Formats: sequence, structure tokens, C-alpha cells
Amino acid sequence: MSHFINNKSEQVDKSDTDDTYTLGPLQSGPPCCIPEPLIRVENLSLYYAAKPALESVSLDIYKGCITALIGPSGCGKTSFLSVLNRLTDMIPGCRVSGKVHFNSTNLLSPSLDVQGLRRDIGMIFQKPVPFPLSIRRNIELPLREYGMNKQADLNEVMQQVLRDVGLWHEVKNRLESPAQALSGGQQQRLCIARALALRPQVLLMDEPCSALDPISSGIVEDLIQRLRDKYTVVIVTHNLAQARRIANFAGFFWIREQRAGCLIEFGQCKQIFEAPAHELTAAYVNGSRG
Amino acid sequence: MIKNALASALIWLIAMLITGVFAWLLADIIIHGLPHLSWSFLVEAPGNAGRSGGIGPVIISTGLILLVAVITAVPFGLATAVLLSEFTQRNSRLGRLVRGSLDVLSGVPSIVFGLFGNAFFCIYLGLGFSILSGGLTLACMILPILIRTAEEGLQATPNDYRLASAALGMSRSATLVHLLLPAATPALIAGLMLGLGRAVAETAALIFTSGYVDRMPDSLFDSGRALSVHIYDLSMNVAGGDANAYSSALVLILLLLFINSIALSLANHWLHRSVVTV
Repeated sequence: MSHFINNKSEQVDKSDTDDTYTLGPLQSGPPCCIPEPLIRVENLSLYYAAKPALESVSLDIYKGCITALIGPSGCGKTSFLSVLNRLTDMIPGCRVSGKVHFNSTNLLSPSLDVQGLRRDIGMIFQKPVPFPLSIRRNIELPLREYGMNKQADLNEVMQQVLRDVGLWHEVKNRLESPAQALSGGQQQRLCIARALALRPQVLLMDEPCSALDPISSGIVEDLIQRLRDKYTVVIVTHNLAQARRIANFAGFFWIREQRAGCLIEFGQCKQIFEAPAHELTAAYVNGSRG
Repeated sequence: MIKNALASALIWLIAMLITGVFAWLLADIIIHGLPHLSWSFLVEAPGNAGRSGGIGPVIISTGLILLVAVITAVPFGLATAVLLSEFTQRNSRLGRLVRGSLDVLSGVPSIVFGLFGNAFFCIYLGLGFSILSGGLTLACMILPILIRTAEEGLQATPNDYRLASAALGMSRSATLVHLLLPAATPALIAGLMLGLGRAVAETAALIFTSGYVDRMPDSLFDSGRALSVHIYDLSMNVAGGDANAYSSALVLILLLLFINSIALSLANHWLHRSVVTV
């Protein structure tokens, strides 16, 4: 997969024509991604009891890309994320309608293996949620749940994912100490490592940097950049500069007067930020509204 | 100004009064109980209806009754708490029904539990006056408090754990066993302590169920006299039994402290092993 992407980026470098696969003013920034939809959302609506929270959202999540969802608080971005890994199942009274296809499976099907789905589509929360266990057990627990029992295998995966998130050298001498004693940024990277250990295809991130200090936030942001190509990332962020720096695609959500969130505009990140089609988008990204 | 001073003086007075009553009670028991307390008092069998001798068999019976109560109540209590907290919605009909029943049960006087235990365990199930009947009756009695504290403990665990665990594709049962129950352990222990405290002080329910035979029990089917029953009997029915009643009361208090400290250290040990807290 990665060499495919390399080929692709060469093509773009050579042609150097439009900016289909690059992003924003950062020419050196994200490499291109394959414009192949991995998740297709059609006409998605979501209700909490009778109250609509999202209305008819349609968009495609492209494989290997980073898709940023922006918009004011309460416009349904987090609800949208929770639909994608069916965490909505855990909210009493939550009802979802529309179509969501992941690969070619119907993601909203009641008979879907939800545990398997969540293994394929991981989620990172705004506040890091390390379990009250040791660093090692945090990563091993879900793996053991999936039947990986050999300590050698577990060690290998743990080392791999901790290296991937750049945490290995910081924690390798204290794997048995409590994960909750790590700093906020380290905790968030541990949570990302824990999700990566399950080898997901997609990572959903709900404002992963907003609870962190600027330096930790920068480290996590760099990490998200490195996830591109290998993973498909959908990130909710209130930090517009961040969205602009890292995302290939961006979706702008807004709250309608009936208090239901909706998708105003979806497109390539550069287009959303530099040539928004909708006046609300323009006002929001320029900071004059929202 | 004067009003304030008066108010605070009044509050202090009331607080001191309550503390004073407790201190008086404790001092009274220690002053009268300590002189008779000795090793032989703890191990010997009571003689002359309890006026002489010790409380060896009574302590053993008490321990056995508590053991039966705990072994029966903990699994039932935990299962119900898990059902209420994790597998029913807060306002569901089943949840409301169970919670309502528990609230009523926890307000039922212990003598009623005693009569129920006598009718059900002793007569209907044919267990007779036995340690088993007494223990089971106590189990029924401490279940409500055990369940409510365990449920509150489970509900106090951060919902983030449930979401994060589900997002990792873990099943609800795995989440429960590996994350929620360990995190709720302190509350579970606290609930058990409250329940045990109530059980160990129980007299009325036990007179009807475990009886008051004061010899050493051979098995759980033997009748056995609990400490609280012994104290009641000595102070109410046996002239000249006051000295031994005081000492038994002191032993009861020490026993409670002992059980508390054991449970706390067990909980600490377990917490440090399986759950690492900051």
C-alpha cells in the first residue's frame, strides 16, 4: 500500500498540475491520498429521542486521507464520529437513519458484528482515557480480549505501537507503572498506541489535542500526520489552523435553526479554507462567525 | 455578632454532646470490660449460664454465621448491583422495581427478618435452629445495603472507561471484569463493611434462626449463639452476668475493628496488584 502511495505522489510531483492530492499552502505538507472512498455516508440523520442532532449528512471518507470535521460546538460532529464506530449504540434513545457503507458492508445493520467493527474503526477521545492499569496492561488488555495470549507476541505488538507513537523510549523502563501517572500528551499517545495495536483501518479522533498543552499537542499532531497513508483518519477539531495543516479533506458542520446539525460543505481542505463555496463556511474559516 | 457566636456555640455544644455520648459508651465498655478480658476468656466455654468461663464457642459461632452470610450475600449482591448498574437503564421498569424493593427491604425491622428466617429457613427448608439458618437470614438482611453501595460504586466509575473500552471492541463483560469491578472495589468493600457491621450487631434476627445454644458447634447445622445474642442474654436474663456481658461487648467491638482492618488491607493489597492507582 505504501509503495502505491509513493508512486502516486511521484505522479503528482511530476505533473505538478492541480493540487488534487496536496493540501493548502503547505506544498511540502501531506502527500496525496488515493481518492477511493472507504466509508460512504448517505443521507445520515441522527436523533436523540425525538430531538434531531444531525440531518441528512452525505459525504465520503477517503482511504489513507485525513478528513477534518470543523464547525461550532453542538453541531453534531462528535455524534457523526460515534455513528461510524457504532458508539451510538451505547446512548439510550439514540436513533440513526440513512446509509453508511464501510468497504462494502452496511455499517448500520443491526446484525453487524459491532465488536469487530470497532476493532477496524478505532476511536480516540478528547480527554485521554488511560485505564487505571499499568502501561503494559493498557495495551495488552484489548489484545488479550481478541485472543492474543503469547507473551512474546504481545511484547512485539506493544513495542511496535509504542515506537509508532514515539513513546517507547519514554516508557520502556517503566512499563509496569501506572498509565495514569503519564503526562496528558503521553496519555493521549498511549491511547493512540492502544488503538493502533488492534491494527484498525480507520481512526476516529474527537478533538485529540484540545485537552493538551501546546507542546504535547504539537507532538500528537505530528503523530497524526505520520498516520496518513497507513490509516484513514477522521478528526474533529476546533483548531482551524490544525485542520488546515494536517487535513486532506474538510467538512464544515453548522447548526440549523431547528437545532439540528448539518453538513454545509465538504471538499478538499484547501478549497474549504481558500475558496469556500458557502458564505457560512467563509465566515467561519475567516473567524468572523462561529 | 452575638447571634453568630450563639449559633456557633450551639453547634459546638451539639457536636460535643454527640461525641461525648459515644465516648462515654466506649469508655464504659472498656472500663468494665477490660479487667475480665483475658486469653482464657476468649477460648474457654461459658459456664453457669455465662456467669463464669469464657466465650470461645460463641466467637466461633459468630464467625461461622458471618461467614455464611458473606459467602451467600456477596455473589447475589454483586450480581444484582451489576444488573442494576450495567444492564438496565436508569429508569427502566425492572430497575425501578428492584430498587424500590431494596429500599423497602432495607427499612424492614430486623425482627421481621428473624421471623421470616425462622419460617422460611428453619421450618420450610427444614434447616432448624442452625448457624446456616442464621447466616442465610443475615445475608437477606445485609443484601439491600450491599447492593445499593455496590451499585453506587459501579455507577461512580467514569463512563469514559465504558466508552473507551467499547471503542476498543471489548465486550461488556470484559469491561466489567477488568475495569469496572476493580475500579469499584473500594465501594464494594465499604458496602461489605457496612453490611457486616449491621450483621455482627444483629440480635433479634438471630434469636429466631441460629438459636442460643452456647456449646461449640460441630457443623453448620448446629445451633450456635452469636456474640450479640450472648450479650443480650447475659444482660437481660442472667443475674450476675453483667461483667461477662461487658467483656463480650468489648470483644464484639474489637472483632468489628479487626474485620474492618482485614478488609481494608485486603482491598489495598488487591488494588496494588491488579489495579494501579496513581
